[in-house]
Amino acid sequence: MIGLGHYLSVAAVLFAIGMAGIFVNRKNVIIILMSIELMLLAVNINLVAFSQFLGDLTGQVFAFMVLTVAAAEAAVGLAILVAFFRNRGDIAVDDANLMKN
Amino acid sequence: MTLAALAFWVFALSAVASGMMVISAKNPVHSVLFLILAFISAAGLFVLMGAEYLAMLLVVVYVGAVAVLFLFVVMMLDVDFVEMKQGFLQYLPIGVAIAGLVVVELILAFAAWKMPTDAQFVAAHPVATEGSPLAAPDAPTNIEGLGLILYTDYVHFFQIAGMILLVAMIGAIVLTFRERGGVKKQDPAAQVARKREASVELKKVGSGQGI
Repeated sequence: MIGLGHYLSVAAVLFAIGMAGIFVNRKNVIIILMSIELMLLAVNINLVAFSQFLGDLTGQVFAFMVLTVAAAEAAVGLAILVAFFRNRGDIAVDDANLMKN
Repeated sequence: MTLAALAFWVFALSAVASGMMVISAKNPVHSVLFLILAFISAAGLFVLMGAEYLAMLLVVVYVGAVAVLFLFVVMMLDVDFVEMKQGFLQYLPIGVAIAGLVVVELILAFAAWKMPTDAQFVAAHPVATEGSPLAAPDAPTNIEGLGLILYTDYVHFFQIAGMILLVAMIGAIVLTFRERGGVKKQDPAAQVARKREASVELKKVGSGQGI
């Protein structure tokens, strides 16, 4: 019988993969953005699992909000990336502290 | 093992495996394709849980819009991605260590958590829908139940979601918009502001002479 714990474990592993992705792909902003999407997906799985197993639909409304914010974040993040690429001709994160220097 | 359990393991393993491939693939286009596979697997998990509406939303919004946006950007940017892969092995140990730590923490947090008792359930009067283990026989379907609360109790959340999307759209347009130099195009303001004196010059031309 598949219970709440199974779904939460999948979500935990996905979240950890997303987190590790940010660490190992430090130079590539696109992969970092994808890792963030993976982490948000893991959060959504958690929200929906709790919502279904506790019988309260509020969690799914919240997952809907997370989905909205994730879509907005992806759009704005990629727009920033494109603008950055136009200015620098590169997307290396190491150069992103240009404003500081 | 029932069919539902089998489907769970298939979707769960495919979600985790494609998540691994997203962060380890050499070619970012492959990463995006594995991201799509991870989203579809998660949508399958949502269907198994009984959250059909969010599953369809995941396929439409993530696979249909966000992942395609990623694909476009990856293909549009002309970057040497092999060079970007440097440092992967250098940061692998700390990445794996932190990921393991997070998994252990989440499992500890879940182990310490208790399912609410029946009395607490009654106090919270939750709305169980079809597909939930707690659903009553005449419970509304998932989409029906979501519609009943999304447009009534959570109508402000719904409208704020719309505002967030509008702001994101305007932000993305403003960030990527650029004025191209040297392109001939109409400027209505300049056309309307044009005066006769500035554009028409009258010359008295003498008989037999040029200008």
